[in-house]
Amino acid sequence: MIRSEVTKSIIPVITDELVVCNIGLPSQELFMHDDQPSNFYMLGTMGLCSSIGLGLALNQNAPVLAIDGDGSILTNFGTLATIANNPADNFTLLIIDNGSYGSTGDQPTYAGKKTSLSKVAKACGCANVIECQGEEAAEEVGKALKGNQMTIIVCKCESGNVPVPNILTHPVSIRDRFMTEVEARN
Amino acid sequence: MDINERIVDDFIRNEIGFVTTVPCKQLSGVIDAVEKHDQIHHVPCNHEAEGMGLCAGAFLGGTRPCIIMQNTALGVTVNSLAALIQYYQMPLPMLISYRGEVGEKVACQVEMAMHTKPILQQMNIPSYHLHKADDIEELSAILNHTFMASKPTAILADASFWSAT
Repeated sequence: MIRSEVTKSIIPVITDELVVCNIGLPSQELFMHDDQPSNFYMLGTMGLCSSIGLGLALNQNAPVLAIDGDGSILTNFGTLATIANNPADNFTLLIIDNGSYGSTGDQPTYAGKKTSLSKVAKACGCANVIECQGEEAAEEVGKALKGNQMTIIVCKCESGNVPVPNILTHPVSIRDRFMTEVEARN
Repeated sequence: MDINERIVDDFIRNEIGFVTTVPCKQLSGVIDAVEKHDQIHHVPCNHEAEGMGLCAGAFLGGTRPCIIMQNTALGVTVNSLAALIQYYQMPLPMLISYRGEVGEKVACQVEMAMHTKPILQQMNIPSYHLHKADDIEELSAILNHTFMASKPTAILADASFWSAT
């Protein structure tokens, strides 16, 4: 199973949750499979998906799902410590860990070698960390979104990409329609 | 009134409810004041770019954010400012200790001080320099202006300001 299949598989378990999605192909895949005004697509700033998701979860009440990647977490490694020490029970962080920088040509990441992101998350103090395979992602995400307990899911899958469209929606439109959705839920 | 409490009062007056910080010796008092205030959610972060992500999330969540940081970090936040805060037109007041100005005791700090204003100017980020104690009178209006304009702004507070207050 590759990342785009994992992303597609979790769409049925996302009901009205707010979604913050990692830069590059992950956002493009989500956009292609299920464009929603409640999706915040990152068009720039590698690494900040989990931080945006946490900041959002801490400042309003609706459930938040951040769909991040292993490369992005490695870019902003301090984020797992911040998340652990500032838990938000409406926050689910899904790290789709395909062991590669998919958007830039599938260069290997250290998460696909010796580094275990689930162990790092636990060592940082995250209380509820789950490691699963791509096939189990939908079930685990569904449980986490309804669990009312901050959950970090590290979903291991194969590297590989599919052709996707560019996101041409203007960033201010993405932001504006997203904030309208936030307001409607609070 | 203590300058740090005055700064936090101005945050409250401008409805800032979320503050992330990276420490600097000059900022220790204001960071303490932020931490103690019960109307401000304070989340210390590990890196200023991470802090900008947290602030972006807070803003999306309907809370006015602020980041408190040192000017030496400006170089590592250029992309976050350009491709996140500016690209999505988000407001973000940055209260920045302006290290490396007259009164500085650490020579290396002077290096980034020389780049601070040019970087901000290059990025079209409105910048304000707090130098004398009375300059604090401008802070509330600067914060108000930041949220009106929905842009990042830099409030540079130098050694003279901190020692005079």
